[in-house]
Amino acid sequence: MKTRVYVTLKGGVLDPQGKAIHHALGSLGFSGVNDVRAGKLIELDHDEGVSDTDIEAMCKKLLANTVIENFRIERS
Amino acid sequence: MKSAVIVFPGSNCDRDLAVAIRDVTGHAPEMLWHGESELPDGIGLIAVPGGFSYGDYLRSGAMAARSRIMRAIVEAAGRGVPVLGICNGFQILTEAGLLPGALMRNEGLNFVCRDVALTVENSQSTFTARYDAGETIHLPVAHHDGNFTADSGTLDRIEGEGRVAFRYAEAVNGSARNIAGILNDSGNVLGMMPHPERVIEAAHGKTDGRRLFEGLLETVA
Repeated sequence: MKTRVYVTLKGGVLDPQGKAIHHALGSLGFSGVNDVRAGKLIELDHDEGVSDTDIEAMCKKLLANTVIENFRIERS
Repeated sequence: MKSAVIVFPGSNCDRDLAVAIRDVTGHAPEMLWHGESELPDGIGLIAVPGGFSYGDYLRSGAMAARSRIMRAIVEAAGRGVPVLGICNGFQILTEAGLLPGALMRNEGLNFVCRDVALTVENSQSTFTARYDAGETIHLPVAHHDGNFTADSGTLDRIEGEGRVAFRYAEAVNGSARNIAGILNDSGNVLGMMPHPERVIEAAHGKTDGRRLFEGLLETVA
């Protein structure tokens, strides 16, 4: 069974990497992009018995740093 | 003073830190592998060195902060044992929840490797007792993820409680309020991005880092 965890920076947190990507897109001639935020996608391949609560605990304890990041769990 | 330097896969400032502690205190620290579960009895200082523990996988310091020895370090910090985290060590201590905030990629994305001017903000702590408040010192930095970030409430709180130990006297990495080093609420845990262990003897060109270890020796002994 597979679950995807999306880790993204919280709204108020500045994203230096996103800013650099935004700048690079502009220098390649792509216009109309107003902002870029970079995040992470973590794919977990796990047993059926692993619950939503377990995955949420994994996110809070390791996969995301909740000081600066949000996470979203997408089970397939 | 009995001390330990914690060693993770990818630590690379552990030996410099051990030499600094040995030179100033006269006692070589125990080099403690991260897989250990216990600290030496009667330990007076736990030092978490710089480097790239676990190759900075996931986030700088994230994996190291979940290693076995960290449980003993968190427990010892709670008992008031001084814990010093330098560079990657600072990142590890924030990831372990011993210090507030987080260290993000430098603004401008550059790896910054040079001497920087710092203002000593708090000269009352175990770590900064040999410095004068308001004094300017120079220490080297060498990091990619030194951009200290916390919400404004946390920043106001640590400023109000005198927990900013060192502040950059110039823009270095985008750190909130130019914060270079902070203390925990009881003052026995210090995390800092600059490297005091790299400037402790005349041959290093500067000795501004030496007083940090001298202060520890006096206050901890």
